[in-house]
Amino acid sequence: MVERSMPEAEHRVREILATVKDPEIPVLTVEDMGIIRGIELDGLKVKVKITPTYSGCPAMDEIAADIRKALLAEGYEPEVISVLSPPWSSLWISAEGRRKMEVYGIAAPLEEVADKRALMGEKRVVKCTHCGSMNTRLVSQFGSTACKALFQCNDCLEPFDYFKCI
Amino acid sequence: MNKSLYDYLILLGDSPLILGHRLSELCGHGPNLETDIALSNIALDLFGQVRNWFQYAAEIHGEGKTEDDIAFLRYEHEYRNVVLTEQPNKDFAWVIARQFYFDAFHYSLLTQLCESRDERISAIAAKSIKEVTYHRRFSSEWVKRLGDGTEESHIRMQNAIAHFAMYKGELFEETNVEKEMFSAGIGADFKLIKAQFESFTNEVLNEAGLEIPQIDWTQRGGKQGVHSEHLGYILADLQYMQRAYPGMQW
Repeated sequence: MVERSMPEAEHRVREILATVKDPEIPVLTVEDMGIIRGIELDGLKVKVKITPTYSGCPAMDEIAADIRKALLAEGYEPEVISVLSPPWSSLWISAEGRRKMEVYGIAAPLEEVADKRALMGEKRVVKCTHCGSMNTRLVSQFGSTACKALFQCNDCLEPFDYFKCI
Repeated sequence: MNKSLYDYLILLGDSPLILGHRLSELCGHGPNLETDIALSNIALDLFGQVRNWFQYAAEIHGEGKTEDDIAFLRYEHEYRNVVLTEQPNKDFAWVIARQFYFDAFHYSLLTQLCESRDERISAIAAKSIKEVTYHRRFSSEWVKRLGDGTEESHIRMQNAIAHFAMYKGELFEETNVEKEMFSAGIGADFKLIKAQFESFTNEVLNEAGLEIPQIDWTQRGGKQGVHSEHLGYILADLQYMQRAYPGMQW
């Protein structure tokens, strides 16, 4: 997201950050994921604040390293800091991020209320990423990674991941 | 160094560390793919939380201490995990009963720590509670599924609950450090934890058609560094690299 009043320098840093992909879901950038919480610039010294998605997410160390590498390559002196508060929420995933996720084959997180019901198996509100059917069921609250749950489509019978609301 | 705060963080981190380790022993050995992945994910969440607690503890300690030093370079009597977490993985019902009791406690503890006067503790708790909400849902649903399942699953689940009932008391034991932290507005109210725990677990056990164990004593000692024999074997695994290659670097 670019604000029109944003100074040129910060805009340049954000452009670089927009090239850093989530190592697990490579169609998404760290900005799409809402992982970037702040940028502090002092000449070529740049401090990037990131927030971990899940406490044990093994991708976070790699993301921090990738951010550092990308900025170093452009001549900056980067420092990446992890901030825990406020805790990351799946609501911070951008609309563009959600769209890219669906195209990639991961069902995007639903609104808080609908999500809890879907995870309790109460109501089938998750759309199959293969055939688009709403006739899907939760197989497990824990999927291929900490952030995902496993669903199956009752119509086309294919399994797919659902990005959990947190 | 603020020794009380350091000791408190050790208390907060050690139980998830040892429980996470027990769960990681199941990676690749779960009853089916789905539960294997679930238990591994829960272990991963717990390790992530332990990293947060121990990173803070390392900062408090100073003198170049790291989260890894804290996790891997202590002897049995220096760990402060409750003995519940050391218990072995017997069958799936056993694993679920251990998890169920721990999650019920963990959820109540973290809910209160979200309001801690210590900003870092409240931030870590706010992050962790989201994950532990899923853990508690997972373990309590399996208690119901197994309790209200087949004759075999019911017997196994009942036996597991009956066994682990003698370990839950230690969860509500308040050490001096925890008393101090509670008075300072940093820690949690153990009376409240116990009340919420009993209320939640009884409700789940009733729904599962399981008999609620009547027990008025507990296995204990973990929080004072007095552990069951299991911890020795656990640490031999957990600390293997550090013991085989002292001072190793990446």
